[in-house]
Amino acid sequence: MADLRCNVAGIRSPNPFWLASAPPTDKEYNVRRALAAGWGGVVWKTLGEDPPVVNVSSRYGAVSYHGKRVAGLNNIELISDRPLAVNLAELKSVKRDYPDRAIVASLMVPCTEDSWRAIVPLVEETGVDGFELNFGCPHGMSERNMGAAVGQVPEYVEMVTRWVKASTNLPVIVKLTPNVTDIRASGRAAKRGGADAVSLINTVQSIVGVDLDAMSPLPMVDGQGTHGGYCGPAVKPIALRMLAELGRDAEMGGLPMSGMGGIETWREAAEFIALGASGVQVCTAAMHHGFRIVEDMIGGLSNWMDSKGYATLDDVRGRALRNFVHWGDLNLAFETKAHIDHDACIGCGKCHVACEDTAHQAIAIEPGRRYTVIEEECVGCNLCSHVCPVDDCITMVPQEATATRQSWAERMREPAE
Amino acid sequence: MHARIEAGRLDAATLARNFADAHAPLTPARAAVEADRCYYCYDAPCIEACPTGIDIPGFIRRIAAHDLKGAGETILSANILGGSCARVCPTEILCEGACVRTLAGDGAVEIGALQRHATDHVMERGLQPFSRAPFTGRRIAIVGAGPAGLACAHALAMRGHGVTIFEARPRPGGLNEYGVAAYKLAGDFAQEEIAWLLGIGGIELAYDHPIASPAALSTLRATHDAVFLALGHGGVRALSAGANEFPGESLGGVEDAVAFIARLRSAADKASVPVGDRVVVIGGGNTAIDAAMQASRLGAREVTMLYRRGPGDMSATAFEREWAQTSGIQILFDAVPHSFDADDDEPGHVAAVNVFVRGEPRVIAADMVLKAIGQFYDAPLGDTLALESGRIAVDPEGRTSLQGVYAGGDCTKGADLTVVAVADGKRAAIAIHTDLMQPGS
Ligand SMILES: Cc1cc2nc3c(=O)[nH]c(=O)nc-3n(C[C@H](O)[C@H](O)[C@H](O)COP(=O)(O)OP(=O)(O)OC[C@H]3O[C@@H](n4cnc5c(N)ncnc54)[C@H](O)[C@@H]3O)c2cc1C
Ligand SMILES: Cc1cc2nc3c(=O)[nH]c(=O)nc-3n(C[C@H](O)[C@H](O)[C@H](O)COP(=O)(O)O)c2cc1C
Ligand code: SF4
Repeated sequence: MADLRCNVAGIRSPNPFWLASAPPTDKEYNVRRALAAGWGGVVWKTLGEDPPVVNVSSRYGAVSYHGKRVAGLNNIELISDRPLAVNLAELKSVKRDYPDRAIVASLMVPCTEDSWRAIVPLVEETGVDGFELNFGCPHGMSERNMGAAVGQVPEYVEMVTRWVKASTNLPVIVKLTPNVTDIRASGRAAKRGGADAVSLINTVQSIVGVDLDAMSPLPMVDGQGTHGGYCGPAVKPIALRMLAELGRDAEMGGLPMSGMGGIETWREAAEFIALGASGVQVCTAAMHHGFRIVEDMIGGLSNWMDSKGYATLDDVRGRALRNFVHWGDLNLAFETKAHIDHDACIGCGKCHVACEDTAHQAIAIEPGRRYTVIEEECVGCNLCSHVCPVDDCITMVPQEATATRQSWAERMREPAE
Repeated sequence: MHARIEAGRLDAATLARNFADAHAPLTPARAAVEADRCYYCYDAPCIEACPTGIDIPGFIRRIAAHDLKGAGETILSANILGGSCARVCPTEILCEGACVRTLAGDGAVEIGALQRHATDHVMERGLQPFSRAPFTGRRIAIVGAGPAGLACAHALAMRGHGVTIFEARPRPGGLNEYGVAAYKLAGDFAQEEIAWLLGIGGIELAYDHPIASPAALSTLRATHDAVFLALGHGGVRALSAGANEFPGESLGGVEDAVAFIARLRSAADKASVPVGDRVVVIGGGNTAIDAAMQASRLGAREVTMLYRRGPGDMSATAFEREWAQTSGIQILFDAVPHSFDADDDEPGHVAAVNVFVRGEPRVIAADMVLKAIGQFYDAPLGDTLALESGRIAVDPEGRTSLQGVYAGGDCTKGADLTVVAVADGKRAAIAIHTDLMQPGS
């Protein structure tokens, strides 16, 4: 049984699965249920200054994809809407009963040194294991010069991080917003400010849909909508890229990362860890299915690690990063070609029309709906295998190398003939 | 009437249940899930398997995209009786049989049920997706208001021709009205659909107006620009063949299954339809199955089907056969009846069927015997029309041997199915239109 113990910048937990700062960690009741279910830690719902914010109704929009609910979730909720004192008392009580779990406090206050220096000691007194600075909330808070409004300006990120670091000895994680053009600018700023780790991603600015009768963005609040933050399975690819970008950035110097965005099972968690995350956080999947999903996340990760001979999370962490290269370093001499298994083929023709209409006219129809690849035309783009509804019917077969390995970068360096 | 043939065997509630929709319509939620199962195949085999060539992936995609009107129009533009066909087609041997998901092993998309979902939407709202072109001045006579005649009439009316349908019976619909099992076209769906279809305008119906002689056909040809024959089958096969008399065939209680079904379909109150206590049905086609199922649903206690060959040879589909077998109908295979015995107390009435089952003689008590051993075209228009295998000979577009006379549906070759009749009617309409609108014609 693999050792799943996790350490993010000195914050330890029995497994790498934390609940992200969000409704699942809004109050003691939920958090106790989560910890009893087996979650390794929680990042408490973001605390702010009193008086607390006021939330609207409704608050969530979701994307259903072909019958699958909540492929993506969008929210227009703000930070904790409960008085600070209530949250602090509950944090203290939970931490006392769960000394082995990671209990992290998420913070967001106005962008002034006094505000940050005031709240940090109050929270530290509860016995929490560390702080997460919420510079990511993409709606509501940024209009008040908090959240993403800070996260989008590297200088502010650095400055606020510095204030917090000067106020506490506990580990400080800076949560990054994906609503920026270059995530490295934010990450590097956090590092310069003294962050012990970064976490990412917060939600992506979005309009989840439009009610075509009411002619209003969704979700609707009394006939109107606003942009919200998008998360859930749909955002995983965005999150993985940003995480990997920081993971391989020399200036980040291997600063620990807590990864999140669309994690639903152990498999996505393993992907984040393989791209450099020390631990992961989950929000939408818990909101969709309840806390017990952590059981199969723990079991699945452990079984997979056993099957691969990985003893600890450190054996997995960053393993895929070395293969995350720039496009210019990819081998141009490598070729694959599509191969259709005619025994598995059900004759739907989706590969044909995809290639014919939108790719390289490389799949011919032979009598009897027999679809075959014209190898000379196939460029190995992989579209057909993605649209084929039958598992493993179309495979991409690596071809015998006909030329030596050469990347675009190498090709550009070659002297002109 | 024989004591054991009686009406009102079951109470009204039970009868209502027995003759209600056999397959409940899809809920919107189920339809959405089912529509999402369609792969939207390129060159989809289901389209090829539909005799009317409905763009099945196209209409299903519209359902998935919540455009039910568009879905309905897609269906109806290829098959104007798409509502009936959704209910009566043996989809397991047509579109659904060809669905690639069958090959994939996870069950065909329920195309028939989805088709009903979309066409019901259009019909329940009385939407008329089609409009009539300006009157062409051409008049076409159609003989028979069954599926073939109606489909042809609609397609011609849409193209601006004037259409008159001559129908022998007092109501339109053909076997949709008098033949198909009641629980497949529950309620008054057949008539509602026809009323909707006639909404295009330009179609007149002359009821109780048989065209049953060569002379009557000549008159029609003389008074119309074209004639479409869609008379279906007038003849029902008898057990006695030529000199080989079948002992007892003329006994009371022995009748053609189609007559029994027609009586049942015409009865507004199913409690008024008499049925035997022990019913024997002879035959292995869908008519035999329907007769047996409906006799049972009327309250017959014992219903036995006698089929002369094995299960694989039946012309009824496997689905229909299993449905019957799981509905309490006993089917005896390799069962060849050779005579009926008369009742001792009532000598004019049948009491038993003598049959060889796998060569072994058996006697099956019966107070009602329904014969369903086949129908045929009885050539009421004489030999002025060339025949092929006993039916009116036509070219692939439906042209007969007589200039300006076309034919389709059960009276011509091809499978005896509603959808095939619709396809024939549509194809003939296009041929008539093309022929009439040719310059100089
Ligand atoms: C009991 C039974 C059950 C069936 N169940 C199914 C089923 O579940 N699914 C399926 O797809 N198919 C089924 N069929 C077959 C289907 O009903 C027929 O294939 C279809 O109705 C043929 O259409 P048609 O227009 O050619 O003929 P018909 O439906 O027979 O219509 C012919 C019309 O012409 C009229 N007519 C006849 N002679 C004259 C004349 N001389 N002058 C004027 N009018 C005339 C008739 O009164 C009738 O209205 C069933 C058939 C039977 C008998
Ligand atoms: C309803 C809702 C409220 C959230 N509130 C906060 C918050 O208060 N503070 C914060 O840092 N992130 C907040 N988030 C973002 C999540 O912590 C997390 O970063 C994001 O949902 C991506 O993870 P996921 O794909 O597993 O949901 C919220 C997300 C949701 C859905
Ligand atoms: S891999 Fe791309 S080019 Fe090759 S057959 Fe498939 S779709 Fe066409």
